[in-house]
Amino acid sequence: MDYLTLLQILDSALRLATPLLFACLAGLFSERAGIFDIGLEGKMLMAAFFSAATAYSTGSVWLGLLAGIAGSMVLSGIHGLASITFRGNQLISGVAINFLASGLTVLIGLSWFKLGGQTPSLSGDARFQGIDLPFAEAAMSVPLIGPLYAEVLSGHTLLVYVALLCVPATWYILYRTRFGLRLRAVGENPAAVDTAGISVVGLRYAAVAICGVLCGLAGAYLATGLGASFVKEMTAGRGYIALAALIFAKWRPWYALSATLLFGLLEAVSNRYPSLDLGFITLPSQFMQALPYILTVVILAGFVGKATPPRAGGQPYVKER
Amino acid sequence: MSTAPAIELKGISKAFGAVQANKDISIRVMPGTIHGIIGENGAGKSTLMSILYGFYKADKGDIYISGQKTAIPDSQAAIAAGIGMVFQHFKLVQNFTVLENVILGAEDGALLAPSLRKARKELTALAAEYELNVNPDALIEEIGVGMQQRVEILKALYRQADILILDEPTGVLTPAEADQLFRILHRLKDEGKTIILITHKLREIMEATDTVSVMRRGEMTATVKTSETSPEHLAELMVGRKVLLRVDKTPAQPGEKVLEVENLRVVDAAGVERVKGISLEVRAGEILGIAGVAGNGQSELLEVLGGMENGTGTIRVNGKELDLTGKFSDARSRRKRGIAHVPEDRQREGLIMDFKAWENTAFGYDDDDAYRAGLLMDNAAIREDAQGKIERFDVRPANSELEAKSFSGGNQQKIVLAREIERDPDLLLIGQPTRGVDIGAIEFIHQQIVALRDKGKAILLVSVELEEILSLSDRIAVIFDGKLMGERLPAETDEKELGLMMAGMTGKDS
Repeated sequence: MDYLTLLQILDSALRLATPLLFACLAGLFSERAGIFDIGLEGKMLMAAFFSAATAYSTGSVWLGLLAGIAGSMVLSGIHGLASITFRGNQLISGVAINFLASGLTVLIGLSWFKLGGQTPSLSGDARFQGIDLPFAEAAMSVPLIGPLYAEVLSGHTLLVYVALLCVPATWYILYRTRFGLRLRAVGENPAAVDTAGISVVGLRYAAVAICGVLCGLAGAYLATGLGASFVKEMTAGRGYIALAALIFAKWRPWYALSATLLFGLLEAVSNRYPSLDLGFITLPSQFMQALPYILTVVILAGFVGKATPPRAGGQPYVKER
Repeated sequence: MSTAPAIELKGISKAFGAVQANKDISIRVMPGTIHGIIGENGAGKSTLMSILYGFYKADKGDIYISGQKTAIPDSQAAIAAGIGMVFQHFKLVQNFTVLENVILGAEDGALLAPSLRKARKELTALAAEYELNVNPDALIEEIGVGMQQRVEILKALYRQADILILDEPTGVLTPAEADQLFRILHRLKDEGKTIILITHKLREIMEATDTVSVMRRGEMTATVKTSETSPEHLAELMVGRKVLLRVDKTPAQPGEKVLEVENLRVVDAAGVERVKGISLEVRAGEILGIAGVAGNGQSELLEVLGGMENGTGTIRVNGKELDLTGKFSDARSRRKRGIAHVPEDRQREGLIMDFKAWENTAFGYDDDDAYRAGLLMDNAAIREDAQGKIERFDVRPANSELEAKSFSGGNQQKIVLAREIERDPDLLLIGQPTRGVDIGAIEFIHQQIVALRDKGKAILLVSVELEEILSLSDRIAVIFDGKLMGERLPAETDEKELGLMMAGMTGKDS
């Protein structure tokens, strides 16, 4: 494997990690506030569909992005209503959202576009285009680092950079702001927040809303950045992989970046080498494609050491005496 | 001098569904005093204070703070009115530092850094003023409960509270820690703060308060000056009838050794050794009390004896060894050997809360021939038996068709006791017999335990209540960090000495 191939794999890894990173950070905000969200998948799917549909109809990827975020936020609102206001079971609400999104996107897609549940492919301004970072061309001549900059970092769509910037932003919000302190507190011990005179419900809705926005970005990126149309079930379990990454990352932003990059890398490798010849054995394509999912199972089975979720996670807050 | 009361409540009423938790309550708390509120569980003390702290809204009535009528719709309003509350279960974020907990909800701006700097300075000042020393950078999960309670007090003071409410503050503290708490409270009082102390412990009321209000079944029955009352009088006001505070018992007449424990060790699921080589014996006709702060291995000791946990070492009952790890180490085998167990956590281990009282009276003994009709359960027989137990143990209401959860704590405990005691065991293991139990029921439960002893049975009592240990036990062993610190006779020791031993300091002769 030469250097260029490696760079291409890394480049692809970064692109593939982006939706995971958005979704992982989305889950991070929600779960840090004590709302488990298994519906990341559904929200991404909804956002992917509405962003693609709107971008196709209007020709503007920006309107598509907004529509995607809106679609995801509606599902977030439902999840919030069910789990915060009505104190329902968060897992069940999340599963219901996944089913709803999976059915609804195909149903609406069929009736609007009559393409078997897909949207027509997007081109031009209806898609996010790659951005060349400054001096990318010039940097090519610098050995080693130059191509790394030009090939791996440069040339991605705007949303990739947004996702990367979301990592330090999330860290700053969580650990350096009042909102972050309260958000972390409400996921650990909502009673402490309540007795301090702060609204538990308000904080949790805020967290769920942020989760909705980030899932919207994830979905929109899938359909209008990474891909060029909506395809049914196009999230392909990425919401669940993001959840696994979140556990792997122990609910921390910088770890979330590493975890999602690892998953992105696995996906990139399996795309690049449908079957991998290791010399003594050839790994079949089925195995390669299953790699990210196998890693998910391994992580969820708890082979990565102790990960302590937010203590109040999954429990509706009920005032007690 | 006619100062306005720091707090005056007028005609407060609050109902939860059909239950009237507070009935037309009026109370005046004078500034710069420690005002005790005493009452049995469910008397409405906590509800009243939750109304004052804005956790609940009263159905009727007014709140006056320093003579001003004040509406307290939520906790924020209470904090603004200068009220701080230290709850029985602390409201702290476990993985936050002390500093972060103190500023939570009282931050100065959107960014944390300035608030943290200010709070650090403020804490140093408060620590100097009130002897409230805490390391501001320690994580809550790494400091002890006594320290955590200080953090709660600091939280209130940081919010400029002039009125401090403490709900059952000593339940989790060692006697030494409790003494320290009361020193801090007196210091706060001297600085002009007003303190409301909610407790069910008469001794604390007598020692710490200036004035005491008594609540019974949602009503305020009396407010008296502490110096003009006595524990007996207060107990009578709480229960509504005369109560025997000391247990009436004759000297024990110990017989044969029933329980012998040698070098018992227990390692918990996390690999931590909880019981570190305990040896003890209990004879027929005596009560051995195990005193200790919760979490020092006494629970594990009971669990091994009761067959809920494995251990190593030797345990003999009536001279015959018990299986500690194998096939016969389960609770059923223990019962067959004449060991009855009233577990510490009656709601999780003693009862099934959603099952009816009569069903609960048969658990563990459900394979008894008297309860069976061929392959089936003889429910009629169990019901009849249960009704008898309920009458003999004065369970109220005397209705065996009610679910366990609809009885009060004391009556739930009576159901468990009836089930275990009426099996006529050779050895009764009993953990926290009166935790969360009303004074009236405590009296009854203590009498039952003593009556069983007088029938020549051996009793191993574990309790975190020193008063209970002192009044019930014939011998007292103190447990600390999984080891016994020594044994004392109740007549030859006092709470102070036991308290020191419970904190790991050895007594005079050991």
